[in-house]
Amino acid sequence: MSGYWSDIFTGSKSLVTGLLITGREFFKPVVTEQYPYEVPTMTPLFRGHIELIGNEATGQPNCVVCGMCQRACPSTCISLDGKKAEGEGAKGKVLTSYVLDFTKCSLCGSCVESCNFNALRFSKEYNLASFDKNDFIMDLLKRLEDQNRCKQ
Amino acid sequence: MTVPISLRHDETFVLNLGPQHPATHGVLRVILTLDGEYVVKAEPVLGYVHRMHEKLAEGGTFAQFMPNTARMDYLHALAFNHGWALVVEKAAGIEVPERAEYIRVITVELNRIASHLLWWAAFLLDLGGFTPLLYAFDDREKIIDLLERVTGSRLTYCYMRFGGVYNDIDDEFIAGTRAFIKRLRSRMPRFYHDLVTHNIILIKRIKDIGFITPEQCRRYGATGPVARGSGISYDIRKNEPYSVYPEFDFEVPVFDECDSMARYMVRMHEMEQSLRIIEQALDKLPDGPVMGKAPKVLKPEAGYYYSAVETARGSLGYRLICDGGKNPYKLKLRSPTFSNLSLFGEVAEGMLLADALAFMGSLDLVIPEIDR
Amino acid sequence: METSIWRALFYLVGIMAFAGLNAAYLGWCERKGAARIQRRIGPCEAGFAGLLQPLADGLKLMSKQLLVPQGVDGIIFRVAPVLAMVPAITSMVVIPFSGNIEARAMELSVLLLFALASLGMMAILLGGWASGNKYAIISSARAVSQNLAYEIPMLVTVITIVMISGSMNLREIALNQMGGFWHWNIFRLENGHFLTMWISFIIFFICSVAETNRAPFDMAEAESELVAGFMTEYGSMGFGLFMMGEYLNIVVGACLTTTLFLGGWDCPFGKTPGVWWFLLKIYMLIFTFIWIRWTYPRTQIYRLLNLSWKILIPFSLANLLITAALIKVF
Repeated sequence: MSGYWSDIFTGSKSLVTGLLITGREFFKPVVTEQYPYEVPTMTPLFRGHIELIGNEATGQPNCVVCGMCQRACPSTCISLDGKKAEGEGAKGKVLTSYVLDFTKCSLCGSCVESCNFNALRFSKEYNLASFDKNDFIMDLLKRLEDQNRCKQ
Repeated sequence: MTVPISLRHDETFVLNLGPQHPATHGVLRVILTLDGEYVVKAEPVLGYVHRMHEKLAEGGTFAQFMPNTARMDYLHALAFNHGWALVVEKAAGIEVPERAEYIRVITVELNRIASHLLWWAAFLLDLGGFTPLLYAFDDREKIIDLLERVTGSRLTYCYMRFGGVYNDIDDEFIAGTRAFIKRLRSRMPRFYHDLVTHNIILIKRIKDIGFITPEQCRRYGATGPVARGSGISYDIRKNEPYSVYPEFDFEVPVFDECDSMARYMVRMHEMEQSLRIIEQALDKLPDGPVMGKAPKVLKPEAGYYYSAVETARGSLGYRLICDGGKNPYKLKLRSPTFSNLSLFGEVAEGMLLADALAFMGSLDLVIPEIDR
Repeated sequence: METSIWRALFYLVGIMAFAGLNAAYLGWCERKGAARIQRRIGPCEAGFAGLLQPLADGLKLMSKQLLVPQGVDGIIFRVAPVLAMVPAITSMVVIPFSGNIEARAMELSVLLLFALASLGMMAILLGGWASGNKYAIISSARAVSQNLAYEIPMLVTVITIVMISGSMNLREIALNQMGGFWHWNIFRLENGHFLTMWISFIIFFICSVAETNRAPFDMAEAESELVAGFMTEYGSMGFGLFMMGEYLNIVVGACLTTTLFLGGWDCPFGKTPGVWWFLLKIYMLIFTFIWIRWTYPRTQIYRLLNLSWKILIPFSLANLLITAALIKVF
């Protein structure tokens, strides 16, 4: 019984305080970002899907087809292929195909970390959406060629 | 002609709080036997999200398991990363530089605050208050933006490596964190305490609901805020210290009332203590490398290794058995929420349905962590 | 003139239009109000500022299949949503929107309004029971006990108003308060009633929030516990009719509060009474309903009943005695 009156009094006070807080928020500006009209910029370290880094001068990928990224990947989503370099004095392998299966990628960064030749980096693609699964089996060599073409 | 609800001879009926339900946070099924509105028997059914993480660990190397750790409890993913890094470093004898330890602590504590904020928002959503969700997410967005700046991900972080962390932090992160600490401290009294904690409707709803005695906690192995709300003062960061936690001056909030209100207050105070730890870590941050020397291919010596960390939900244990090869031989995770949920069957008996759901909310369940 | 066919047609169309527009656009108001409290925008894509959103929602609901599960009571299942809407629209016949705008002035309009409110409660009970779903039945049982408990303080408070005004005709009660806000029943500066009338107002307001099943008293449709309560089995327009019925109940509750306590269509300073003052007052009350909904969590069912039986009923009964004593003395 002793709590009866104190309950009513403190209870009503807390209810009115709550109403005043939300009432004040009613008049404050909006904090949400209106997506299609205001596009966010990604931070430098943002992890989008990986992409090949091309040589500054020639535009060819830095990749030497060592296969470290393929071995490091926990989800086996990288498959790459290369052939012996042609021409005189050319050593090593040349990349012929680099396919990333993004449906399995967990963006862990093991591939980027394990590459010793500075051939991979994270892109800044964030709004990937599609109706077709095949859009996510990415051909990264083609992506590099498209980027080179755009640069010219 | 309606379908008759089959009542048992004692007038109870079975209600399935099914795998798809707005209030069970994740895919949890609870078979409730109700008598009117009173719960006669509650039986959680688990396993709907079982993805065999522990078996997956055996199929790859130690480093390849790191992304999996984040997927188990996605709300405090950095603590799960930290635990795995600790146990493998213990197994392989890898040293971690000071700066990396401090960065680990800062990011783990930031993630802890984000996890508690989301718990608070979801708890109140269960109780019917829709607005505090958005106020909490406003703050949580700031934390996630900060962590994205450093780790590159927003929810499932794969940031820690054996021997340190992947990226270094920069001055913008430090300034942003300090600004965030100031902002959260100024918002706490108004938006969190005045609007919600002192609200008479909330107090009547969670005070004296869901008593868990300390003896029940010990029997079921409940840890974390659930145990600390019942008076058991045990926090891995203080009782089995790891990383650089002994350098920081912080308290472990313990309440004796054993009800849902106590667990609520434990988590609110833990947020404030995490802010203290982050402040001290930023002040004491040393210079240096962020990655220690770790062999590319890890082959720890054969043996049994155990390491525990304190996540937002309780004490997480990694038990690793190595056989000298480059894959783990066996990995077992001791999931804190599994032990916390097992209390539910016993404590929920005799409660009203809505009270039982409020109690479940105060346990802070994340089902993928239970099922792994 | 009273029985002219044009008058009847005018009011028929007018009330249906008022009810229809309110039912549709109160949803918009609620979503925008909730959004602003939560620091976001709310509907903004459909039409300018989202004003076509109710139209889009209505089209969507109408185009869905009205699913009638097997084993429900066919007639009652289909009738219950209609029964939720009809009493609310019918109540608008007796509400005085202004000195000249009132469809039918009845001597016992207060009694009629409460009878129709109980019919609305029946709709929830029937809808939940006819669904044959355990969640729905729990929710209906809660709703019935809640509505019963809150009708009592509501009626007792209205008795005090009827005693002061001397009539049960809503028009007479409103006319009794003309002339400025100091004559309004909430203030009632003569005869010492001002001591207790504000308590009556608060009790009446809380009861109307509970009667219309709005948060913090919305156990009947407690979304996180009972999925959707008594509306779980209803698809397209059945669900739409329940929601519209709920909004119309809110409008009728606000109209009743305004007429009984806030002076009806009177201007606060007694200058130019008119229908615009009435509309302004009911929309301010509806904004308060929305404001309260989005601030507080839900109460527990036994706390709700405690609030009614242990706090509101003693206060309203004490209020009744004091008012009767004051009327006798002065």
